[in-house]
Amino acid sequence: MSVVAPPDEAQAVDGPSEVATPGLERQAERAKARQGFLLGLPAILYLLVFFVIPLGVVVAYSFATRTRSGRTELRDWNLNAYARLGDDIVLTVAWRSLWVAALTTVICILLAYPLAYFISTRSAVTRNLLLVGIMIPFWSNFLIRTYAWRVLLDSDGLVTQMVQATGLGDGRILFTTNAVILGLVYGYLPFMVLPLYAAIERIDWSLVEGARDLYANGWGAFRRVVWPLSKPGVVAGSILVFVPSFGAYVTPAILGGNKEGLLGSYIVLQFLSARNGPVGSAVSVVVLVVMLLGTLLYFRAGGKNL
Amino acid sequence: MHDTTDGPRPAVELQGVVKRFGDRSGTEVTAVDDLDLRIADGEFFSLLGPSGCGKTTTLRMIAGLELPTAGSIRIHGEEMGLRPPNRRPVNTVFQNYALFPHMTVAKNIGFGLEMRKVPTGDRAELIDWAIQLVEMGALAHRKPGQLSGGQQQRVALARALVNRPEVLLLDEPLGALDLKLRQQMQHELKTLQREVGITFVYVTHDQEEAVTMSDRIGVMHDGRLLQVDTPEAIYERPTTRFVADFIGQSNFLEATVASADEVVLANGQRLRLSSDSPSGEAVAVTVRPERLTVHRRGEAPAGLHHLEGRVETVTYLGNAIVYGIGIDWMHLDVRCPATLAVERRDVGDEVTVSFEPRHAAVVTG
Amino acid sequence: MSKGVARSTAEPQGLSRWWLRGHSLLVFVFFYAPIVVLFVFSFNDSNAVGNWKGFTLGWYEAFLDNQNVHESIWISVKVCLFSTVIAVVLGTASALALERFRWWGQKAFDAVLYLPIIIPDVTMAVMMLVFFGETAHWFNVIPGVDLTSGLEKLVLSHVAFNISFVSVVVRARLANLDASMEEAAADLYANRWQAFRRVTLPQIMPGVLGGALLAITISLDDVVVSSFVAAVGATPISVYVFGMLRKGVSPLVNSVSVVMLTASISLVLASLVFSRATGSEREERLKT
Repeated sequence: MSVVAPPDEAQAVDGPSEVATPGLERQAERAKARQGFLLGLPAILYLLVFFVIPLGVVVAYSFATRTRSGRTELRDWNLNAYARLGDDIVLTVAWRSLWVAALTTVICILLAYPLAYFISTRSAVTRNLLLVGIMIPFWSNFLIRTYAWRVLLDSDGLVTQMVQATGLGDGRILFTTNAVILGLVYGYLPFMVLPLYAAIERIDWSLVEGARDLYANGWGAFRRVVWPLSKPGVVAGSILVFVPSFGAYVTPAILGGNKEGLLGSYIVLQFLSARNGPVGSAVSVVVLVVMLLGTLLYFRAGGKNL
Repeated sequence: MHDTTDGPRPAVELQGVVKRFGDRSGTEVTAVDDLDLRIADGEFFSLLGPSGCGKTTTLRMIAGLELPTAGSIRIHGEEMGLRPPNRRPVNTVFQNYALFPHMTVAKNIGFGLEMRKVPTGDRAELIDWAIQLVEMGALAHRKPGQLSGGQQQRVALARALVNRPEVLLLDEPLGALDLKLRQQMQHELKTLQREVGITFVYVTHDQEEAVTMSDRIGVMHDGRLLQVDTPEAIYERPTTRFVADFIGQSNFLEATVASADEVVLANGQRLRLSSDSPSGEAVAVTVRPERLTVHRRGEAPAGLHHLEGRVETVTYLGNAIVYGIGIDWMHLDVRCPATLAVERRDVGDEVTVSFEPRHAAVVTG
Repeated sequence: MSKGVARSTAEPQGLSRWWLRGHSLLVFVFFYAPIVVLFVFSFNDSNAVGNWKGFTLGWYEAFLDNQNVHESIWISVKVCLFSTVIAVVLGTASALALERFRWWGQKAFDAVLYLPIIIPDVTMAVMMLVFFGETAHWFNVIPGVDLTSGLEKLVLSHVAFNISFVSVVVRARLANLDASMEEAAADLYANRWQAFRRVTLPQIMPGVLGGALLAITISLDDVVVSSFVAAVGATPISVYVFGMLRKGVSPLVNSVSVVMLTASISLVLASLVFSRATGSEREERLKT
């Protein structure tokens, strides 16, 4: 302690009612807010330059003009690209994407729910082991996992041969929409299993016991207790499967046919072959809006993690 | 100010301290309201009150973990102002201990010394001293996850004390321990405080804990400091109904102030009791159950205050008997030692309850 | 324990019990059969991928001899490393900023941070394509920057989507970390940086590593964005394989695929073993 106190401190000791420090708290809060902002600033700037502005450019492109040579020029703003969205070809592709994504989601629920239920009723050790079994495909290279089906579905592939041997048909599904759905289900099934497992595992099983005690049979207890309680998991998983399926590009490109494209392929086509930036951008914007709505729905349904 | 002339400089001095929290909807909650408090050097001071009374917020403001909305906080005369916690001469024992799980006991204890760049040799010596102080020698190389609650509590204490702070702040440090261990730790804490001679500011909601350990207690309620006094004075001469009720149990007789040294009970009976309240104000006379005595009707000794009633309930507690007594406008609890020498009463007995004037207090609120 | 008792009532009895087991087994077969078949057929001595003609290591020799594949792998590794390091630093900083501070514009930033996670690959790819198309010449004005080479563009776009993933993972970890730890550090004379370095960082490290693993995986997985921004001479392996697949199946793809798959699976297993090791240490601590 210094013997001679600085003037303001001396005054603070002397004046009993003048020592209040209004504004100090706010001053400190502001300083802390500034620190937080500075900490986030590098990421903010990065995302501004390499995400928000690119997004803005795409939106701008969707209102821009395409020259005869296929260049997109940012002038003469118009809605021509959006008018093109009403074309039969676009509507057909959009409709196909929609039901492919929907069907993929439903199949994933049907396959994943019993599995998730099974895993969550195992003992801790088995449960962890099975979860690792789900995590491995979840984290493995998506492209390669999709390609594996190309090998199986090839005209002399294993699955094709097996189908032919059973006499159920010629087994030629490669390059059809069915193959695409198969590939999407295979690719995104872990996205369904994990949230479902998380939801079912959290269920208080004494509630099921309670339902059984109240004379519900096994199926009744499931329908009245387990299913409603696991619904958040179903919603989460559905969004996680539907959203990427709807915008899928890789799977249809590897397993699908040329004639039955989906929206993802259509967008790529507009940019790389048709050289129609405005239409490609307009479709991208629409797809993005659909995704955002879907995700909002997810958060509305009480989902927290992606 | 007068403290510079009479008595030593207080270890902690709070003046007009206010803390308001604004939530997201824009409404403000006043957690601490115009608090004035001086804690003497070397004192074991407890802030006592129910949860949400502002005691923890007050402690956190002294530590620098929160800043007051208004008012001043001084430690040994030095204004704390905007000083961050790491530059204040205080240390805190957190409610959940907040031990660093990735460091050993010794590393945890040495953390503050390391941050203050105490030379390695001195540091080892101080850590040793602190570990011995809390008798944790055998466990110095364990990590907090491998310790019991009581052991973690000792480490948290050592981690704070090793820095020899001017003031040690303790936020309900015994809250997570079971009753036996808590009582043992109360004793140890008090001994330790005398040994190291550091000012302790102890926050608790447990009145027994506060009464057992403290030199003085400040009772808080709704952000205000209601009464600051020794445990005995708080127990014997509460000034507010809340304090009387919060510290132990008490009976409250509705009354009105007649003059500076007389109150009138609701049944018109006059009692000679002094109070600070103006005449005509509604107050209550409070008497502890164990300060009341039950006599057969009319056999109560003279010179005491008398109330006439009838035994309604008898509860046997082993070492004591509690009589529930109905007097004509209310109900009293009387606690008697359950010895053979004391005559028992039965339900329905007409009795006289007596108490000494010095055992009654006039409370407001 | 009561939970264990209750679990037995959760498991259906009789026929549905066996149906549940059979179904689960089949789903696991569905998960792994294609991977196993791919692995087996990478040793197939045939130009056609379907029929088994005998064992050969020829396709792995072809893999080892193929200079283009090596270059692509090298590009992938570089892009992955650079983008992961940048994304981990920026993502961790933004997680701290969002979880431990209150500031103006925070909610808007939080919302923008979620966008790269939900945006479809194709949209992201289109964004990067048109953005670099419109602005590359401006960036190239900066000394030392050459966006025509492709490598920089790959790193820049991978960071753009990976910041968000790292941030979400680290933030989840931070949210579970008791804020009183940092208060205790401050109370014990640590300044903000020391508190972060000595107390916060060691405890959120599993989250940071998890975020890094996610960033690595996503970076190596990415086909669409990369194929839109890649330039000649800077083709990452995923784009290279994708190109081979589109041209037509060659067994060389099988061996390359098996190598890539092995790499990603070992990465996962390594992280699982690592997290198990730290996890069991924690469990052990709780027991004693």
